[in-house]
Amino acid sequence: MPEVLVCKDGEIKDGDVRLIRVGREEIGVIRHRDSYYAYRNLCPHQGGPACEGLRMPQVVDRIGEGGILLGQTFDEDDMHIVCPWHGYEFHLADGCHVIDKRLRLKKYEVVKRGGEIFVAV
Amino acid sequence: MNEHTRSFRDLSAEGFDTRTLLKNAAEQAIERRYEDLFIVDVDSHHYETEAFKEIAEFIDDPVLRHEAKFQGTSRGGISSESGSYQELAGRITRYPERKNEKVPSTPHRDIVLMERWMDQLGVDMAVMFPTPMLNLSNCPRHEVEVGLARGYNRWLCDTILDKEPRIKSMLYLPFHDPEACYQIIEEFGERKGVVGFMVTATHYTRNYQNPYMKMYAALQERNLPLGFHAAFTWADQSLQLTNRFIAVHGLGFTWCNMLHMANWLVNGMPERFPKLKTIWIESGLAWLPFMMQRLDNEFMMRTSDAPLLKRKPSEYMREMYFTSQPMEMVDNRKALEVTFEMINAPTQLLYSSDYPHWDMDLPSTIYDLPFIDMEAKKNILGRNAQKLFNLEPVLSPVKQARLAARKAAGVAGVAAE
Repeated sequence: MPEVLVCKDGEIKDGDVRLIRVGREEIGVIRHRDSYYAYRNLCPHQGGPACEGLRMPQVVDRIGEGGILLGQTFDEDDMHIVCPWHGYEFHLADGCHVIDKRLRLKKYEVVKRGGEIFVAV
Repeated sequence: MNEHTRSFRDLSAEGFDTRTLLKNAAEQAIERRYEDLFIVDVDSHHYETEAFKEIAEFIDDPVLRHEAKFQGTSRGGISSESGSYQELAGRITRYPERKNEKVPSTPHRDIVLMERWMDQLGVDMAVMFPTPMLNLSNCPRHEVEVGLARGYNRWLCDTILDKEPRIKSMLYLPFHDPEACYQIIEEFGERKGVVGFMVTATHYTRNYQNPYMKMYAALQERNLPLGFHAAFTWADQSLQLTNRFIAVHGLGFTWCNMLHMANWLVNGMPERFPKLKTIWIESGLAWLPFMMQRLDNEFMMRTSDAPLLKRKPSEYMREMYFTSQPMEMVDNRKALEVTFEMINAPTQLLYSSDYPHWDMDLPSTIYDLPFIDMEAKKNILGRNAQKLFNLEPVLSPVKQARLAARKAAGVAGVAAE
């Protein structure tokens, strides 16, 4: 499978995104906690540029004993890609919509080799 | 360098630009050949917030003008009465970024920003409404509502509608004051780009009361439609029970129009003003089958409660107009198809984006529907609005250029009708 050079490792800051164009497709390469993730920059909802929005952690309603709401918090271990057009949220780890797994961002394999980052397309 | 020809883009280094945010929409417009269709967006918005200092200068009353300039118009943040967060706490990036978008010094910033998104979506003409000003309906000081409505409408006509033929508007009516509404129709009814008048549906007033009849007659006489534009207010007693935006918005944006629709029908307005066209804006579509079934069922048992009606309520509703957004599209295609049949969508439905708001719909939401034919799609995307508002079907310069390029390349094209 052909690989496209994205950047040198570390060139994208943690939390940032680089968008690369490969043919007609635009791919968002996201660096998060020193890992890289690559998805097509196209939301399955209405076609928004999903990778150009925020990354936000899963919001959690904290429920205590007896169903009591204790408050809300973020689950920092479940980071989401948020489409900026309408707010559809996808797990950063696998690109699946947080509720309906049939909706997913097209995922690309990221290869780290020789201090450089590649995307297999 | 053109953004689209660079090999990569780093988001952290980019400024916000509507054209970049909507570049995927532009691709949809090209792929679907929207240059073959005249597309009218019947509900879009600008943020008059950014021009509010200009608008304030158009307010007649010097005391109110001073107050408006001092106070501004935007909401007061999380501790304000509404505490709204429709921008999903920053997730919808165009909300916080909009103010940073760079535009040339002319034409007016609002015209430039409108045209940028219209061109990307493939929209030829758009009916533009304000945003924060819709909430004037909740202002307990009715004279403030009237003063601001007059000032805004004058600014809108002089500064935007006179200058840009692609932008139209249905002007804000200060519905708490029927006489002021009438005066506004008299003053602005013939102005360029004014295609009707609009009531924010969170006016908790009785639309059937006698003082309103004069303005309905004035609209009917001019053949100008009356729109009820949905909104919500967290000040509503029942909606105060909600604690999340999804609840107050999901219910509020339909409830206010359900209330006006019920009053409009059972008090026989369609019989009193049979040629007055009404448009129900931004409540989506799912509420309509419910209202039709519910009112018909009760009406057949209680015809004496609505003695002016000569037909079932749903039959009058089928002659009204509805804007499409936010169209309920998740997992319910069959329900949506039935809804289209029930409201006679091919002649009564008007495409609307509601751009730039968080739940905006692209033209592809209509264009890609599998259960209506191309004629119906063309009607909903533009022809219905063209007839209703008596619009000249002129394609945008961008789409005219695309058509010309196709002609030059010898590709068959279909001229917009």
